[in-house]
Amino acid sequence: MSDFDWGVIARSYSFLAEGMLLSALLVLVATVGGLIVGFGLALMRLSTHRLISVPAAGYVTVMRSLPLVLVLFWFYFLMPLAIGRPVGSLTSALIAFVLFEAAFYCEIIRAGIGSVRKGQSDAGLATGLRRWQVLRLIVMPQAMRAMGPLILNQIVIVFQDTSLVYVVSLHDFLTAASVIASRDGRATEMYSLVAVVYLMICLSITKAAEFYRRRRPS
Amino acid sequence: MIVLDDVHKFYGSQQILRGCSATISLGEVVVVCGPSGSGKSTLIKCINGLVPFERGSITVDGVSVSSPETDLPALRARIGMVFQSFELYPHMTALQNVSLAQVHVLKRSQKEADERSVKILTRVGLGGKLGNRPAELSGGQQQRVSIARALAMNPQAMLFDEPTSALDPEMINEVLEVMQELAVEGMTMIVVTHEMGFAQRVANRVLFMDRGEIVEDTPKDQFFTAPSSERAKQFLNQVLTH
Ligand SMILES: Nc1ncnc2c1ncn2[C@@H]1O[C@H](COP(=O)(O)OP(=O)(O)OP(=O)(O)O)[C@@H](O)[C@H]1O
Ligand SMILES: [Mg+2]
Repeated sequence: MSDFDWGVIARSYSFLAEGMLLSALLVLVATVGGLIVGFGLALMRLSTHRLISVPAAGYVTVMRSLPLVLVLFWFYFLMPLAIGRPVGSLTSALIAFVLFEAAFYCEIIRAGIGSVRKGQSDAGLATGLRRWQVLRLIVMPQAMRAMGPLILNQIVIVFQDTSLVYVVSLHDFLTAASVIASRDGRATEMYSLVAVVYLMICLSITKAAEFYRRRRPS
Repeated sequence: MIVLDDVHKFYGSQQILRGCSATISLGEVVVVCGPSGSGKSTLIKCINGLVPFERGSITVDGVSVSSPETDLPALRARIGMVFQSFELYPHMTALQNVSLAQVHVLKRSQKEADERSVKILTRVGLGGKLGNRPAELSGGQQQRVSIARALAMNPQAMLFDEPTSALDPEMINEVLEVMQELAVEGMTMIVVTHEMGFAQRVANRVLFMDRGEIVEDTPKDQFFTAPSSERAKQFLNQVLTH
């Protein structure tokens, strides 16, 4: 046991905290931005106009078949070319995450909306409500029941995926820990810490999902 | 008041309605019956534009349902609709179900809407169930809430699509009684139903549909005593011996 030096964690605390902060920022922006863009995509995919639904479907298919690493690289190298000036690795990573996650949230939202019987929107429309009112007042509240756990699950996945930002030389939590691990030669301690932290965060999100399910029985 | 003229409806290459024409005047109660799959639901959903149709026309109070200039939501707000499967909003109480469209379509204040909802729910015998969710109500109670939801909009006409088919037998009458009261008060009603007792008591006319056609459009008495088509005779034998 004397081989272990847990003091390394305390010594590198601020570096690790910075990494955690970046992970949290990525998760937050990817989730909020992904949900907003994903909602738009879902509405486009549900449109009866093929000119609107087909491009959205194409976008979703492409994004979902590409590895996230590739998308990160892409925006890192292409964004500056597209807008004519460098954007920095954080901005490009945030944009990549939002646009990547939007494809997954699109499918979750679409599944949620699809889980609500058509008769429900017929009933709303028959009373004179407009389509967007039916969506907002009748369909989405019911869709949330199916979507809530899936969204939380996706947040867990995003959180795990944030480690990929090392490819554009950003230090998320895992990357920060591995930097310390190799610098101080304390791989066991650092990777144990990473495992425990990931486990705790994912467990609490999973618990939240369960709580959500129990609170809103279907 | 409601005029259907040569309505044709296709799903893909399958023809569902084959030239349906009928006129429903103010205050009339018309029962629509016919075998399963004959297009009854499709026909009444065409009337408030829930189902688009390819040919022919439907007008409500002179307003065309299929014209692109028509404000369809405004037209629908004037026609109540009751579904076989109730389609109450499960995440809302009975009161909220009845108030929702009053607030968001008629722009009544929440208070005004709730007052009217209480009045109507009381009228259909559910004054004690205002705070209950649909899942806490029996089928008959749910269907009465859904009738109240339609009535709260002060509709000029009501469409019913097999309002009692999903109900246990002992609950059918409580719903039919509410409908009968409405008819007596002079509501214009189109009712898809196989409740021939209701048709005999309440209907002015019966439309008999088969394979997308209105085969028969006759005054009630004549329909039951002397249906003109062979298909209607067979159908009557089937439902009346059940
Ligand atoms: N959305 C749809 N897509 C394709 N076909 C449909 C659709 N809705 C109805 N149909 C078909 O249209 C025909 C008429 O259906 P409809 O529901 O109007 O019949 P119905 O007379 O109301 O029957 P039931 O007594 O069973 O309610 C049926 O053959 C049905 O399969
Ligand atoms: Mg039907």
